[in-house]
Amino acid sequence: MITFSINGQEVGGEEGWTVLDVARWHGIEIPTLCHHEAMEPFGACRLCAVEVDDGRRTRVVISCMYPIREGIKVQTETPRVANVRRWIAQLLLDESPQAPNIQELAKSFGVTPSRFKKTGVESACHLCGLCIRACQEVVGVQALTFGNRGVLKEVTSPYHRRSQDCIRCGTCLYVCPTGAMEQIFPLVSSE
Amino acid sequence: MQITSIDDLQKAKVGGLAQLYPPKPKILVGMATCGLAAGAQRVYDLLHKKAQQEHWEGVVEKTGCIGICYQEPLVDLIIPGKPRVTYAEMSPEKAEALWEELAAGRVPEKQVLARMDVDGMILDGGPRKLYQGKLKGFLAKVPRYEDLDFFKLQRHIAMRNCGFIDPDNLLQYIARGGYFALYTALTTMTPDQVIQAVTTAGLRGRGGGGFPTGVKWASCRKAKGWPKYVLCNADEGDPGAYMDRSLIEGDPHSILEGMLIGAYAIGSSEGYIYVRAEYPLAVKTLQRAILAAREAGLLGTNILGSGFSFDLKLNLGGGAFVCGESTALMASIEGKPGEPRAKYVHTADKGLWNRPSNLNNVETWANVPVIIAKGADWYRDIGTEGSKGTKIFSLVGQVKNVGLVEVPMGVSIKQMVQDIGGGVPEDREFKALQIGGPSGGCIPREQWDLPIDFDSLWDAGAMMGSGGMIVMDNSTCMVDVAKFFLDFLIDESCGKCIPCRLGLKRMRELLEEFSSGKGSLEDLEELQSLSEAVKDGSLCALGGSAPNPVLTTLRYFREEYEAHILHHKCPAAVCKELITYTITPELCNGCTACVQECPQGAITGTKKEPHTLNSALCIKCGACFEVCKFGAVAVA
Repeated sequence: MITFSINGQEVGGEEGWTVLDVARWHGIEIPTLCHHEAMEPFGACRLCAVEVDDGRRTRVVISCMYPIREGIKVQTETPRVANVRRWIAQLLLDESPQAPNIQELAKSFGVTPSRFKKTGVESACHLCGLCIRACQEVVGVQALTFGNRGVLKEVTSPYHRRSQDCIRCGTCLYVCPTGAMEQIFPLVSSE
Repeated sequence: MQITSIDDLQKAKVGGLAQLYPPKPKILVGMATCGLAAGAQRVYDLLHKKAQQEHWEGVVEKTGCIGICYQEPLVDLIIPGKPRVTYAEMSPEKAEALWEELAAGRVPEKQVLARMDVDGMILDGGPRKLYQGKLKGFLAKVPRYEDLDFFKLQRHIAMRNCGFIDPDNLLQYIARGGYFALYTALTTMTPDQVIQAVTTAGLRGRGGGGFPTGVKWASCRKAKGWPKYVLCNADEGDPGAYMDRSLIEGDPHSILEGMLIGAYAIGSSEGYIYVRAEYPLAVKTLQRAILAAREAGLLGTNILGSGFSFDLKLNLGGGAFVCGESTALMASIEGKPGEPRAKYVHTADKGLWNRPSNLNNVETWANVPVIIAKGADWYRDIGTEGSKGTKIFSLVGQVKNVGLVEVPMGVSIKQMVQDIGGGVPEDREFKALQIGGPSGGCIPREQWDLPIDFDSLWDAGAMMGSGGMIVMDNSTCMVDVAKFFLDFLIDESCGKCIPCRLGLKRMRELLEEFSSGKGSLEDLEELQSLSEAVKDGSLCALGGSAPNPVLTTLRYFREEYEAHILHHKCPAAVCKELITYTITPELCNGCTACVQECPQGAITGTKKEPHTLNSALCIKCGACFEVCKFGAVAVA
């Protein structure tokens, strides 16, 4: 048993647990987007950021990947953490203003659409990678992958060809938090 | 030649020395990428052909870059019993003239840059005087290397062999003390003693982070798991920075020897060098060095009869800047997309293929043999309290002397720009030094007494980075600078995490508004808070440090941002939407040069009459400003 504190409350967990695991066990709220119990943590959305004092320094880390250590002090609602989360909500809302779960997220942070609009393809995909990871880790095939990089990064199938590995199980459609997979699926799935 | 014992090493050294300083004249041509870009290949070919045709007694060889890149191509003449003489800015024609002089038995006098009386040879018992007695005549008047402003403050430790040896020649490397440090480590020190020496020496990572190298090695040695990997980061990607490339091209074996010593200390028998594919000469040089070392038995099993075994492979990078980040680099070697992962579990424990791995930068590795050969105390005498040794910088931008500079830590920005760099061009003023690569910071003139070391730079909001240094004068707009570096980082972001992928883009959008006179002071606060969010929230060091150019320019040049926002003015007259070109009638003598140059037909006027500029047609290209010899075109 490893004991440490979250927001001053003494908590504990087993070796191999993350801060998020322990927080959820104790009913402490931390927002997430790219996290899913059935898959390995990925660390893309950064929404689950918390501030950790490990005795040497205090820094912002992501709770879904940070392994718990004896005696660390975790704070889930500091000004630095709030600033990171607010900006993520703002940026996501401006990228995909129509997606219901993004609207909900933005609302919880009191964020409204800014004057900056996304240009180019209208898609509510925010590259959380749940579809790709579900395909690989849960279904066990590699019909989906990331393509390109930076602002051009996209969810696609290997070599941009409709995948022959796809079994049309629909898991990707099911896990997609924004519904963007509805648009992508016909382009990547097997015929 | 097999080198399996100290006797072999000594023999190789004797052979190498006979090549370094042969009893006959020798011509050296600087053929690193900087030399080649300036035309060194044609100079070399000409001299080589002449020497063959005329059955010259001497030899013509290539060497790496000694650092003074703005004077390339360089040709050196080494005549027994005379100082080494360096000739600068050579061309095939000038080389031919040089050859004529040489063939006539004279020491050529044209194009001379400097002479070298003493070869430092720091690893091999110290200075070697190249001639005896007193110099007379022409040679006495040639300035010595250490008299040149560019070299006065320099001290070459990592670059110890660059510009001295043929990088493809293992014997010449050994002749200058190479691989003796490896022998010392393998035969007289335990791995822990090696780590202790590197720790005591105070060596910190030269790739950017400045993490204590000894501590890194110790944690990898302690880590459980097998095999362990020793890696070299040669994925140098900062715009304008080429320290690692020059080191590889000039002295590849120093990196190999450093890695061998590191591998012995850590307990590793396998390694990789991750080098950019865009560095074709560096790749070839490394390939040849690895082959030569393997052939000599310096890579492989039972090295120097010690029982220690190590070998390494080259891995070519595919052109992604982010692959210089340790976890992305390892993913790339594994054949996966070059994306970073969280480092809450250190790569010393779980790195390449989830095995304990130790990654150091090219320059860090090149320093290791020196620490073993000269001792930790010798090394820690150089530099400042927290930053020991020397650091190589590539000094570029609006400065007279451009090149690679290796100085002891703690040299001030002023010394760097004024003394070594020769200052900014006459009619301009020094404004800021951008240091640390695209995610470094801009340090203003007010702080130019700042000593350049890891901690001072960090406190000033910049970072050492890999050592890129861009000098900026008052014709540079700091908002524009922030835009430039953000553009680079947006292009190079892997796109995995939201703060970096979308945050940088939004920062860029805000800057675009400022540079076109839009935006408000509240937006400036937004930019500040977004920068903090990207810094805190990003997955890897690329995103974590990407806001630095914005944060430091906001910190030191806030009034320049405010001038854009509040007064719709760009003080440096760079941001096109905020400047206007006008013609001052009193200064215009009606030469019509601008009329002919203007691509828009925006300037009208007849000969000998002051011209007029129609600002409605003007696209602010600046062509009139450039062409006017009378200062009649004003920009504000």
